[in-house]
Amino acid sequence: MVKLTVDGTEVEIAAGSSVLQACEQAGREIPRFCYHERLSVAGNCRMCLVEIEKAPKPIASCAYPAAEGMVVKTDTPMVRQARRGVMEFLLINHPLDCPICDQGGECDLQDQSYAYGMDHSRYAENKRAVKDKNLGPLVKTVMTRCIQCTRCIRFATEIAGVPELGATARGENLEVGTYVEHALTSELSGNLIDICPVGALTSKPYAFVSRPWELRKTDSIDALDAIGTPIRVDSRGGEVLRILPRVNDDINEEWIGDKSRFSVDGLKRRRLDRPWVRRDGKLQPATWPEAFAAIAERLQGLPGHRIGAIAGDLCDAESMMACKDLLASLGAHNLDCRQDGAALDASRRDFYLFNSTIAGIDAADAILLIGTNPRREAPLINARIRKRYLATAGRLPIAAITPPSDLTYKTINLGASPAALAGLIDATTPFAETLRAAAHPMIILGQGAIARPDGAAILAAAWRVADAVGALKPAWHGFNMLHTAAARVGALDLGFLPGPGGLAMPAMLAGGVDLLWLLGADAFDTAAIAPSTFVIYQGHHGDRGAARADVILPGAAYTEKDGTYVNTEGRVQRGYQALVAPGEAREDWRILRAFSATIGHTLPYDTIDALRDRLAQANPTFARVGLARFGATDTGAPHGEGGIADAPFTPAIADYYQTNPISRASLTMAACSANAPPALAGSPLAMAAE
Amino acid sequence: MSGHFPADNIGDGSTAAHNRDEPTHFALDAASEAEIARHITKYPPGRQASAVLPALYVVQDQMRRQTGSAWIPRVAMDAVAARLEMPPIRVYEVATFYLMFNTSPIGKYHVQVCTTTPCWLRGSDDVVAACRKITGIKGWHETSVDGLFTLSEVECLGACVNAPILQIDNDFYEDMDGGLTEQLLIALKDGQARPAPGSMIGRQTSAPEGGPTTLKLVSE
Repeated sequence: MVKLTVDGTEVEIAAGSSVLQACEQAGREIPRFCYHERLSVAGNCRMCLVEIEKAPKPIASCAYPAAEGMVVKTDTPMVRQARRGVMEFLLINHPLDCPICDQGGECDLQDQSYAYGMDHSRYAENKRAVKDKNLGPLVKTVMTRCIQCTRCIRFATEIAGVPELGATARGENLEVGTYVEHALTSELSGNLIDICPVGALTSKPYAFVSRPWELRKTDSIDALDAIGTPIRVDSRGGEVLRILPRVNDDINEEWIGDKSRFSVDGLKRRRLDRPWVRRDGKLQPATWPEAFAAIAERLQGLPGHRIGAIAGDLCDAESMMACKDLLASLGAHNLDCRQDGAALDASRRDFYLFNSTIAGIDAADAILLIGTNPRREAPLINARIRKRYLATAGRLPIAAITPPSDLTYKTINLGASPAALAGLIDATTPFAETLRAAAHPMIILGQGAIARPDGAAILAAAWRVADAVGALKPAWHGFNMLHTAAARVGALDLGFLPGPGGLAMPAMLAGGVDLLWLLGADAFDTAAIAPSTFVIYQGHHGDRGAARADVILPGAAYTEKDGTYVNTEGRVQRGYQALVAPGEAREDWRILRAFSATIGHTLPYDTIDALRDRLAQANPTFARVGLARFGATDTGAPHGEGGIADAPFTPAIADYYQTNPISRASLTMAACSANAPPALAGSPLAMAAE
Repeated sequence: MSGHFPADNIGDGSTAAHNRDEPTHFALDAASEAEIARHITKYPPGRQASAVLPALYVVQDQMRRQTGSAWIPRVAMDAVAARLEMPPIRVYEVATFYLMFNTSPIGKYHVQVCTTTPCWLRGSDDVVAACRKITGIKGWHETSVDGLFTLSEVECLGACVNAPILQIDNDFYEDMDGGLTEQLLIALKDGQARPAPGSMIGRQTSAPEGGPTTLKLVSE
């Protein structure tokens, strides 16, 4: 710790901190463009100049280490004049096109020139112009606006792990770009838009759509993957215009994956906005009472064991609870949420959670990836692993039992087949020793590893690996399940699984039930549903499930309802409704509640709060928003018999950009998918051949 | 353009792809490979990327040997990146930053005139005028019609004591004036062997004109 004085206030800060950080701690605002607390320090914009006693010149505070006894002044005539000068230089080549710039209203340069700049320009010469670059379908460039802070270059190199952006040529001719024109190959490229302090990098799909002050901002939780990224939904006049990440150091830091950010146009296309009922083999528009009547009629005299429900990947916990209660009132125990057939064991919570937590990755000192491609399945967890990898100067040992792919960090490949697990259990594989020697080893198991006939045995084997290498300790739980669906952990928590004598999904599809309620579930081959089964699809998009349905009940997408989501760590989070669902579509739990009344099995909750009380009653986890970190107190392995096949693991996600009805309906995602790099989309065979 | 540097003297920040002369393929030959390997040994293991500057010189020389034009096509930068295990963009950044690397084809002789203050005071304007007269080149970083010369303006070459300096490829011709420049370029144009580099008025290294006046033992 060093003690220094900032504008007369004494502050104490960790040794190695910069003067800028000390000033922030003292509550002083320091203007900056190139400095970003999650990127390396460049020190090239010079906006953060401060005066330090005994220093003859103003000092760039971002790049100057704080030292004992330093006396810093952030608001003196010298500082003000220096910043004004820097601002004048920055504006020399910056166009005055704020009125047509998408960054207008949320532009660092605009705000800071207002606060620190001059009221006029003395520059009468020609400004330089720079050709725009084509960085693909997500990031729009207006390179003349670039002030060469190099944040984007550092983000691409450090955080995203795709060193593709650079500054070529020099002096007045310096340009930021890829030099050889190509689309960015990162799943995090949208964050470049957020970190660009000016309007050089803006959102292509959002170009010229709206001004920030016209938007209604609603806090929510992303439902397109299992990370549970906190998001801000910006809407105007009944449509979501954009989605931005919120900051949560324990989950996403301040990043978000491209799928979660740019699928917004999918929320407007292919929507189910009215009920439909299949009459004479054809889906016909219907009213809500007609749709309910059609279901009630089919339910007539149907025994409970012939009724089933499958929950989809985007469901909120409330609707799944209501669905489960509805089926229970009908005596049905055929429930399943494992659309991919993953052999998840819900008998104990730590069998299906990312127990080390995402923030825990920052402490990991050895990582084993089993049957997972985190870059496609959970980009922010992958970025977190990369962060840890860089923090250890590339010495973090990471091994992967998975088809080879570019994960943005070096991995030791232990083959793609589960046979490698045996070698880790009996410690014949050298990496077992690495894991054993680690204080915080992490074993990360993907859905691709357990969504196969021998999945239960693989789950048990992976747990035994964790146990054998000493990853299951009271102070550190090193067993991690990486989910891909936002609904999955919530569904497991509330027990959306076959009850006593209940059927699992394959049996339900194969004619085991006569009435099948698909709660937003269509991530499977609907042709596998027995032809005689009466299918109800309750969801928001006219996708595969709706095409097979006999009755369609239009539901709300995640931006259109209050909902509870539990992320892969087991973190309970609540999103708020940003806008109302289109047409006659309703919030899903209300649909189930309304239907329950028409058949005389009224569900005992009238408000979402009452429903949440019911959730907390089903599992106390839901009573507390947030995450309790816990260690491993019971090393007993999950149940899993049988042999393990030799077949190599296949990734759970073949195409990062299109994994659910919303992203499949998105034109932006389709454009991304069409020229996706091999690391983000491609068959396992093609990946193996790389 | 308002900057000090004429735009086309600095390399091309946008893209090399538009370069019509861009070859489709480049491979390090045995000589280059040996030379790069030698440079890499100067740095600690794992720091081979530090050899990027000498490696780019090696590649530029290989292009001179193979095509008669000492420049670095994009594919050659890629070859350097692959050899030094670094991202290609990091090589593009370096290659486009330094004026010594030509990112587009040049003539057989790269004529580089220093016009920084000391050389200018000692008459670099005459040297430039002579270059323009003999080669017929009007602007900067242009190549003569016969493809023999490319004329570049360079910043201080670090040989101010012998100003003005005319650098032809890697050789310094010192103590130039208009007449000497004309002679030199005509000789090159006529296909004669390159004169020995160094002082063109017979100075011994940077010793005073007329020979050393002190330290008389210094004769070589």
